[in-house]
Amino acid sequence: MTAEAIPDFPFDRATALEPPTELAELREQCPVAHVRLPSGDTAALVTRYDDARAVMADPRFSRNLARDGAARLSTTKDGGLFSRRKMGSEDISEGQGHLRWRRLLSRSFTVRRMEVWRPRIQAMTDELLDSLVAKGSPGNLSAGLGLPLPVRVICALVGAPSEDQDKFAHWSRTMLTLTRNTQEEVDEAYQGFNTYVSDLVDRNRANPGDDLLSELTQISDSEDGRLSQAELIATVRGLLLAGHETTSNMIAIMVAMLLSERERFEAVIDDPELIPGTVEEVLRLDSTLSAIGGVPRFITEDVNLSGVEVPAGSTLIPNTPAANRDPRKFPEPERFDPRRENNQHLTFGAGPHFCLGQPLARMELQVVLGTLARRLPSLQLRDAPGDLQLRTGGISGGLQDVWVTW
Amino acid sequence: MKVSVDQDLCCASGLCVMKADQVFDQREEDGVVIVLDEAPPLDQHEAVRAAAAACPTLAIQLSE
Repeated sequence: MTAEAIPDFPFDRATALEPPTELAELREQCPVAHVRLPSGDTAALVTRYDDARAVMADPRFSRNLARDGAARLSTTKDGGLFSRRKMGSEDISEGQGHLRWRRLLSRSFTVRRMEVWRPRIQAMTDELLDSLVAKGSPGNLSAGLGLPLPVRVICALVGAPSEDQDKFAHWSRTMLTLTRNTQEEVDEAYQGFNTYVSDLVDRNRANPGDDLLSELTQISDSEDGRLSQAELIATVRGLLLAGHETTSNMIAIMVAMLLSERERFEAVIDDPELIPGTVEEVLRLDSTLSAIGGVPRFITEDVNLSGVEVPAGSTLIPNTPAANRDPRKFPEPERFDPRRENNQHLTFGAGPHFCLGQPLARMELQVVLGTLARRLPSLQLRDAPGDLQLRTGGISGGLQDVWVTW
Repeated sequence: MKVSVDQDLCCASGLCVMKADQVFDQREEDGVVIVLDEAPPLDQHEAVRAAAAACPTLAIQLSE
């Protein structure tokens, strides 16, 4: 393959909600395909379900693209989020250290602990929807509900003031740049975010509460090797960033996907038992949340994927939207079916790095969908689905403001 | 059916509890899976198979 033949990635697309046609073509014809990233480096795009899952779940493969020889994603000098040196939090990023770190956090994300949050999430959703409705139709669903709900939830869970959400939103977006920010802006964002979190830890130490930050600060202060101060700050920063850039985008995407083919929304109004299955299909069929479709892995050993020998030293991008439409795994993959059984999509990943916040994200999406179906059954998109615009320039994608009428 | 789990592999996703809460639970201190019923009754088998298939780290083993 010549350098000229390597296509630029991310691929263009006809409309925001439709995945680029190249993904299906590659999945059938070239399941491990070289692509050129915005940095100019090349990586291999993995588009079949079994291969993508294998790449995500293999504990030998590293998510640390700061390693020598790994591809850089972004146009900034540091190569982007996954290439940045972890500055004191390397130990919790991979392997046994990562497992121990997860054990500290996962107690706050168990199914039982999440159920305690359901009524609070419902109350926050109702309150935000009251304000949106009070302002009158049409309303900006992204700004009025999609962004503020996950931010309030994660801030309450962590123990951070949600009034500062504009700051975290700005820092998070900047840290996730693909093509939109300069190195200087990225450095400023890290400095700002780290200082903010460090101050938050100090304030919280003086006045602890019943939240995750207080719990983690105590663990860190005990200096028993479980969590260093640098790891504590990286953890809190990561939780706040994740609370902004994933669930918030997904709420707007969900509303757009359901209202663009409105029978999907009407089915939920008629039968609220379809809420969980509808959320799962939205998660499976989304192709916008991540601009690159998944978290890259750097492989340190050769691997065989669909008969292709991939050499050690390659950077692989398991592409979730392509894998989630693989007919080898999902019968009639293009069909939106809220009654689909064994819907084991890869939107939350697989393996030891499986999304920590997954039960919270699922609950927020379910509460939002149930509330909209119950309270605003006349909900419609203000604009034609074809006019929805992607957010571009970042690793995290999603849609620009989604406006609705009722 | 006999159910066993590898707690060292478990990533505490809780998906097994969502699928089959009669058979799986999570430890209070770290969310790691525990098996409530190692030989679940027939009416639980389908849910247990779904839980095993859904596990992100394939930490659930079944022998039938």
